Amino acid sequence: MKFVHYALEALAGRLVKWLVSLPPTLFLLVFFVAPSLIVVLASFRYPGEFGGLASLLPLFGADSGLTLETYRFFFSDFVYFEIFLKSFGVAALTTLICIVMAYPLAWLIARSPKKRRDLLVLLVILPFASNFLIRVYAWIIILGPFNLLYTSFAVIVGMVYVHLPFMVLPLYTNLEKHDPALLEAAQDLGANAWTRFWKITFPLSLPGIFSGSVLVFIPVLGMFAIPELLGGTGDILIGNLIKEQFLDNRDWPLGAMLSIMLTVAVLALAGLSAWAGRGKGRMA
Amino acid sequence: MSILEIRNVTRRFGDLLALDDVTLTIEAGEFFTLLGPSGCGKTTLLRLIAGFDEPDAGRIFLDGVDLAATPPEKRPVHTVFQSYALFPHMTVRDNVAFPLNMAKRPLDEIHERVKQALEQVHLSDKSGHYPHELSGGQKQRVALARGLVNKPRLLLLDEPLGALDAKLREQMEGDLIALQRDVGVTFVFVTHSQQEALALSHRIAVMNEGKVEQVDEPDKLYSFPRNRFVADFIGNINMLAARVAETHHGHLVLQATDLGAVAAPLVKGVKAGDTGVLALRPEQVHISSHAQTPELKNHFHGIVRGLLYLGDVTVYKVELDNGMEMEALLANSAPGRAKFFEVDDDVTVAWRHDAGLFFHD
Repeated sequence: MKFVHYALEALAGRLVKWLVSLPPTLFLLVFFVAPSLIVVLASFRYPGEFGGLASLLPLFGADSGLTLETYRFFFSDFVYFEIFLKSFGVAALTTLICIVMAYPLAWLIARSPKKRRDLLVLLVILPFASNFLIRVYAWIIILGPFNLLYTSFAVIVGMVYVHLPFMVLPLYTNLEKHDPALLEAAQDLGANAWTRFWKITFPLSLPGIFSGSVLVFIPVLGMFAIPELLGGTGDILIGNLIKEQFLDNRDWPLGAMLSIMLTVAVLALAGLSAWAGRGKGRMA
Repeated sequence: MSILEIRNVTRRFGDLLALDDVTLTIEAGEFFTLLGPSGCGKTTLLRLIAGFDEPDAGRIFLDGVDLAATPPEKRPVHTVFQSYALFPHMTVRDNVAFPLNMAKRPLDEIHERVKQALEQVHLSDKSGHYPHELSGGQKQRVALARGLVNKPRLLLLDEPLGALDAKLREQMEGDLIALQRDVGVTFVFVTHSQQEALALSHRIAVMNEGKVEQVDEPDKLYSFPRNRFVADFIGNINMLAARVAETHHGHLVLQATDLGAVAAPLVKGVKAGDTGVLALRPEQVHISSHAQTPELKNHFHGIVRGLLYLGDVTVYKVELDNGMEMEALLANSAPGRAKFFEVDDDVTVAWRHDAGLFFHD
């Protein structure tokens, strides 16, 4: 009897687990996995005459309606590769500038009296209270008189401005948790201020820098509004390229293919950094 | 030879007087303990010695040199923190090598000394581990090795045994004594535990409310406390309210409230009419069954109201006829018997005429 009781209990436990995880699983299946598969499929189809995709069904038999044409196109034209490279460059530069600018800010907030910290964090995220486009337009007004508008510089300024809070917050969360006794111990054992930072604070903040970098790097890669509003003709990034295929060129298969290439590139990069950072988990 | 001299040091935090004109001298090679309840200023004093804080008045000399102008990283004084403060991103080896790296010692010397230090604390096999992989006792030993590896003039220890369980603490106490003797570094140890202080120290400074109440060797502190605070803080003690009736050459005759005459050893400066307390250690109080007539001069009737069986000894709480409760300690050493008395037993408590100390108000 006891055995039956335990078996039932185990079954009930498993059932609860399933019930809890069902809604998010369903959500992700419907709104993430299915669309992704649709995008993958679209990248292998022909563009429709007036945008959209050409129908699959009437062509059955003679032609399946599927093609590798868009992929051949991508690898035959160096221009796409160049734009990818440039996008990764802009994302990397934005991330780097964000780290350099966010670090002192996050450090100061983490070191300020506990009562004031929440207020300072609120100030960091306050820009989110106004519309993103309005804030980017504000930069048009700011940069215009200095003849800096429609340049790569303006694009970087806009990117850094919009994404800075995403670097400050994880860094602050990390720095705030540092045990002040560690710095005292380091000082006690002979480390000056400079050494204390590079030997203790900085290595311990690497997980924060990493999460901040992910939160900045990936959105910047896909960003199209900022280059469109602040950049010149030469400042086209992947995001713009993809957007153009869907809205202007009406070449959905090409747009879908570019999205997939971007996803693959980001995943490859994430895998690479995970591989490079393996075994460093104990730092946190 | 004195290694550290603290001269008239005062430290205020707002209205709080954390250290009030403290003067202390610590000898080279000594295991010196600052003992007191929390908030007595012992940790503040330790932080002043380490250099994390500055005195409002007074000076601190190390080997005769005023430390005021020397920042913490330049002082040949290292600290073992209460939380250990091991660097979580460094292995045990790197943690211990840290002070040597800071001192820019040559690599082969660092290697050799780290190896030695880890051997000293029996952690050679853990050198490649990270702090989070160690037990509390092991972390403690890494912190000790790190503090000692660069041979500081002084090692400050801030309640280092506080986080360990009782059994481990006892073992670490033994290890600490052996380690201090082996390396010969002067230890300044901070604790609120009088057992730790008595077991470890060569000398103890008892602190209270920012003042040093008494500096002495453990046995002197226990047997000859200078005042009521020290008597009460070190060990357990009975306080019998009394008034001085007569002073003789050899002893005092006290009149204990609602109890009668009590003989006590003479205290300088005490005269007839003074009021105060007679402080008696529980182990000085004898306890016997009512029928026996003790040959001791001070003996009073009482009733056992409670007992605390501790294995090796039993502490009996005896209520005297004046309502006062007195503790008497009895070793459980008689063969075939677990304990001697039960609750509600009629007993006689007694003590020698030269036992106890009178403190007048």
